[in-house]
Amino acid sequence: MPQRVYVTGIGIISAIGFGVKEVIDSLKGMRTGVGRLTLIDSVHRGELPVAEIRASDKELLSMAKPEIRGYFTRTALLGLVAARQAVIHADIDLNSPWRTGLISGTTVGGMDRSEVFYKTFLRDKTKGRIRDVAGHDCGDCTEKIADCLGISDFVSTINTACSSSANSIMLGARLIRHGKLDRVVAGGMDALTLFTLNGFNSLMILDHQQCKPFDENRNGLNLGEGSGFLVLESEEVVRREGKTALCELKGYGNACDAYHQTASSPEGFGASQSMMKALELAQLSPEDIGYINTHGTGTKNNDLSEGVALESIFKGAVPPCSSTKSYTGHTLGAAGAIEAVLSVVALQNGWIYPNLNFSAQMHELRFAPVTEFRTGAAVNHIMSNSFGFGGNNSSLIFSRY
Amino acid sequence: MAAYIKGAAVISPQKTFGDQGFPEEIVGYHQVSNLKCIEPVYRDFIDPMVARRMSRIVKMGVCSALQCMRDTGISMPDAIIAGTGLGCLEDTEKFLASVYTNDEKLLNPTPFIQSTHNTLAGAIALAVKCHNYNATYTHRGFSFEGALTDAFLHLEENPQLNILAGSFDELTTHSYQITSRLGLWKNHPVNSLELMHDRSRGSLPGEGVAFFMLSGKNSPTDLALLKSVETFYKPGNYKAIEQRIDHFLAGQGLKPVDIDLVITGINGDTTRDQVYHQLMDRMLKGRPFTCFKNLCGEYDTSSSFALWLAAMILKTQRIPEAIQPGDPIPGEINRILIYNHLRGNNHVLYLIERC
Repeated sequence: MPQRVYVTGIGIISAIGFGVKEVIDSLKGMRTGVGRLTLIDSVHRGELPVAEIRASDKELLSMAKPEIRGYFTRTALLGLVAARQAVIHADIDLNSPWRTGLISGTTVGGMDRSEVFYKTFLRDKTKGRIRDVAGHDCGDCTEKIADCLGISDFVSTINTACSSSANSIMLGARLIRHGKLDRVVAGGMDALTLFTLNGFNSLMILDHQQCKPFDENRNGLNLGEGSGFLVLESEEVVRREGKTALCELKGYGNACDAYHQTASSPEGFGASQSMMKALELAQLSPEDIGYINTHGTGTKNNDLSEGVALESIFKGAVPPCSSTKSYTGHTLGAAGAIEAVLSVVALQNGWIYPNLNFSAQMHELRFAPVTEFRTGAAVNHIMSNSFGFGGNNSSLIFSRY
Repeated sequence: MAAYIKGAAVISPQKTFGDQGFPEEIVGYHQVSNLKCIEPVYRDFIDPMVARRMSRIVKMGVCSALQCMRDTGISMPDAIIAGTGLGCLEDTEKFLASVYTNDEKLLNPTPFIQSTHNTLAGAIALAVKCHNYNATYTHRGFSFEGALTDAFLHLEENPQLNILAGSFDELTTHSYQITSRLGLWKNHPVNSLELMHDRSRGSLPGEGVAFFMLSGKNSPTDLALLKSVETFYKPGNYKAIEQRIDHFLAGQGLKPVDIDLVITGINGDTTRDQVYHQLMDRMLKGRPFTCFKNLCGEYDTSSSFALWLAAMILKTQRIPEAIQPGDPIPGEINRILIYNHLRGNNHVLYLIERC
């Protein structure tokens, strides 16, 4: 019998708050984190809104309190803050004999520093502070966090673009199910960078206003930054330690759209596949899902493709759904984990989050996202979708137990 | 759980691509930054119109994956899983340079699109319209092993599956210049084939692409059996490394004496190679051993080249001249242990057996 996988701790840092409590306050107060770009020196300041974490690298460093010396990128600091919260929340003893892993997802790793290096390096190949580029690779932030938290049994990093941290949570769950590890700290992080800001801008998919997911007049996404982490533990750990789990991670699915390098297929084939696989593994029917935290970036392409996929899977009875990217911005590699954390909180409290900035029904779809903060919802299972460039689609299902 | 290696396609600084055996001629390089892949004829695999938009590493990756699928007759893998230490560097550099030189205005999005690490796994899926599981691992010296760990989980769930797992890493002019400043490479010209004998600091940078078709189900044409793969992170000291290797072998019911050949990650850097020599002098004393980085150079996913090499040695029972162990192997080669580490932090072990 495969081990069941439980969530026993969560941690989050996002433009809408440092930690779960602040994030909940923003969600309830319907306060978005999307605002003016201040931390990066860009010609697009004032023109492209972003969901920035209001703390300098120095402030983050004093918040993260790394146990080890060494140079930390912003990405690593964001990850450390959220991962530590999750570990403290789960009250885990890393000196116990349980085999523990750390798996994270990120799209550009330490680019926040390496792009600074590169600017100088481009002019003179002997210049640029070399420490700024030493943490460029995606594995750097994972190893920094692992070293600080004292996790060494297993470390891994995934980059499947915007579904990276959904896949890191999925890998964590699979390793526990198969008895390879007893406990996994899984999540992801990404910092805002000039590289991604200009990348998405060159694709002309950044909204110059607040993003409007699933709105007929949506105009693109807002980039964000942040980190989310979950502690996943096997049923054996939970039982033996007499722990109270927050919820169960019951299903997950990964499929490839294989339609286009960046665009999603009009019928949302990959999205349907990942949702179906997750439902199948969880042994649930579509009508069991009480809330869907959608990928919902706010681009023309994603929301149509995801919307069509939702209608095909849920056969015209799409459950309450929303995109919390209207609060957090699109945090790329962190998005899957941040939305997983929000899904766990929603499940525990019977909440459904509003989709901000929605006003006009998409003419291609029959459902509309939820626009008010709902409480007392009878929600037993929540689905969270994460889709990325390259057609990398993943869905997770969290369940009450 | 073990995986049968049904086929492998490798693009490297050696003439490894295209035939299912060892190249007759081993290529030596004499400049530090010269261990670059010998590129295949792309039009045999990719429509030139499509190839025009792809970077060199993505083209090589797609060719390697498609060749592996052709060789094994598996046109639709049940999963595509890639590992890469640094992703698509050329396009990352290209886009970043354009951000600065064009003052963030009117940028061509193509290099940005193709800069993400999952570009290759996505491009392979797109080339064969594969909607199955797809993932990309990127964790320094554990990147390829991440892909293999994932592949093994799939095969445990269902041994009938065919998993396409591979790795890719590229050496660019800028990455060479930057990593040189980090002190990773030799500061004098070296004959690459003699790398293991150059007792000084630093190694030679390399690059490579490798794709393997793995299945839990055997067939008469399998190259070898990948029995087990293990990673261990930052072992505290030499003793801890011995313990991990001992534990790894014991897990397969083996002792050091059962290993016919050890393929080590010796890379010519005296500080990094010490551990290999210690192991061969102590725990693995008397076991024939060799190296592989004199053929492909040092890079985050070089262990995939070692895996291919091990499979080829087991299949052909032949060891290329450039990597002949000091002591000849008395009998048949039935079991190979690979031990590699990247900069002392990421240690990996593989056990491969003859089919």
